[in-house]
Amino acid sequence: MSLVKTVALGQKYGERDILKDINLEVARGEVFALIGPTGAGKTTLLRLLDLLDTPASGSIYFDSIDATRSDKLRLKIRRRMSFVLQKPVVFNTSVYDNIAYGLKWRGLTGSSLQQRVRHILELVGLSSDKDRNAHTLSGGEAQRVAIARAIATEPELLLLDEPTANLDPNSTARIEELVSDIIQQHNTTIIMATHDITQGQRLADRMGVLINGEVHQIGAATELFTSPQNREVARFVGMENITDGVVAASEAGLVSLDINGKSIEALSDYPAGAEVYACIRPEDITLSPSAAPSSARNSFRGRITRLTTVGALTRIEIDCGFPLITVITTRSAQEMGLAKDKPLYATFKATAVHVLKRD
Amino acid sequence: MELWHGLIKAIELIISLDPEVMEIASRSLRISVAATVLASLVCLPLASLIYFSHFPGKRALINLVQTFFSIPTVAIGLFVFILFSRAGPMGGLDLLFTPTVMVIGQMILITPILLGLTISALSGIDKAIPDTARSLGASRLQTAAVVLREARFAVVAAVIMGFGRAISEVGVALMVGGNIKGFTRVITTAISLETSKGDLELSIALGIILIAIALLVNLVLNRIQQR
Repeated sequence: MSLVKTVALGQKYGERDILKDINLEVARGEVFALIGPTGAGKTTLLRLLDLLDTPASGSIYFDSIDATRSDKLRLKIRRRMSFVLQKPVVFNTSVYDNIAYGLKWRGLTGSSLQQRVRHILELVGLSSDKDRNAHTLSGGEAQRVAIARAIATEPELLLLDEPTANLDPNSTARIEELVSDIIQQHNTTIIMATHDITQGQRLADRMGVLINGEVHQIGAATELFTSPQNREVARFVGMENITDGVVAASEAGLVSLDINGKSIEALSDYPAGAEVYACIRPEDITLSPSAAPSSARNSFRGRITRLTTVGALTRIEIDCGFPLITVITTRSAQEMGLAKDKPLYATFKATAVHVLKRD
Repeated sequence: MELWHGLIKAIELIISLDPEVMEIASRSLRISVAATVLASLVCLPLASLIYFSHFPGKRALINLVQTFFSIPTVAIGLFVFILFSRAGPMGGLDLLFTPTVMVIGQMILITPILLGLTISALSGIDKAIPDTARSLGASRLQTAAVVLREARFAVVAAVIMGFGRAISEVGVALMVGGNIKGFTRVITTAISLETSKGDLELSIALGIILIAIALLVNLVLNRIQQR
């Protein structure tokens, strides 16, 4: 049975729809990631789930209780969950008191309160900082306090909004480790928002792609990566090459696509004449100076139109009758002597092409 | 020469803890502290209520409150006088020319300052603080308490400002207190009346004490604002 369920949930700011028709179900013990670009409505959805705001339409069920009814009921349900906001604000008091707040509000006092706070301080590795004013903490430490104080109340549901958004890689790794520990030790149900799909993949059982206020697809990470259901999801999961085409021939799950007069082989069941998108990940395209004999069915001669070096990786745009973007290591780009206008061959397998119906 | 002589005598009065000087100064302190404490008990929760509620005309109300920051003390004195005079609506209480009505008058006088400055103290707190509190399970009251606590330095500064205005005003104290010796005479009323009677020494002594109080208040305020 699901712990959280939303039915046709919607939110508006003035006349503008921020969220439309959100139907989510998250099971007890599950870790669910809401992924989507900035401004997709992830925070708005989390605020609704934490019952901080009132939805414009639809309803939220927590443990089968309709949580949209009275204020008193909402507080009661809110006390069964915790929400770590994106920007970690700490109260201007000691680290210890920051963590004790939520417990005190639930009526805990004396030694049971002390014990619980001490235990949590140990869990997040802040025992030695317990008397420090929380305002003197670094960003990563403040985020740890924010998470600590949220889990101190042993919530049935933990909501995390971009828990590593403003942190350096080290702090990010540390927070992710902490979240995994919580998942393992407490079996807490978690709904987290992130724009980093790989973070969702590392931590979550299932992910939902939220774009422009709508859930476009829900599934396991591999499912989203390999078979996005539409163009927006394909783009978000990193299929940078999305080109229009038409199915020219279709036979036994193998199609040949006409893309700008070029023919691409792909795996799909769409019939001849169907208008489609061919989606290819940049990482799935290999480059070679000559048409190497390869098991790959698709090999095109093209010309480099643009090279952009981003650290250890180089992004190469090629025109081979249709545009292709590929990424190789900067080292191999140098070894191959790649430069603008240089002719080369771009090769990819038929299985690397994800075919989506155009609507 | 007369001023110099007065100053020496005044310092003598203070050092020797002259009973009359001490009595007037302590009454001033008692009345203004009482007014500040009572007004704070009303204004701090009221300011939170205004800050956390959403109602039409909220902005206008806050503007109005700020307008009353500098209302002339005699205007409040006149208002309270009419209210508590024998024929007035509260005349039956027979409180005019008592320390009690002076406390009430000063409470009314400093209410706008306490309200306005507390509201702006609360506005200075990060909007994520109340959200964080609620997300951790705080009720409305607990949320208001936590925001007030976050704003504590600015709120204490507001209270001190209120006290400063109460102890230094003369209009209300004179009009509703009446400067009755040994009963409602406070520092400011004593200075204004004793000076006209020619008792410069007492006036200067009381003036020095008032300035010392003002200085102390300012020092405390500075310490708080530097945090």
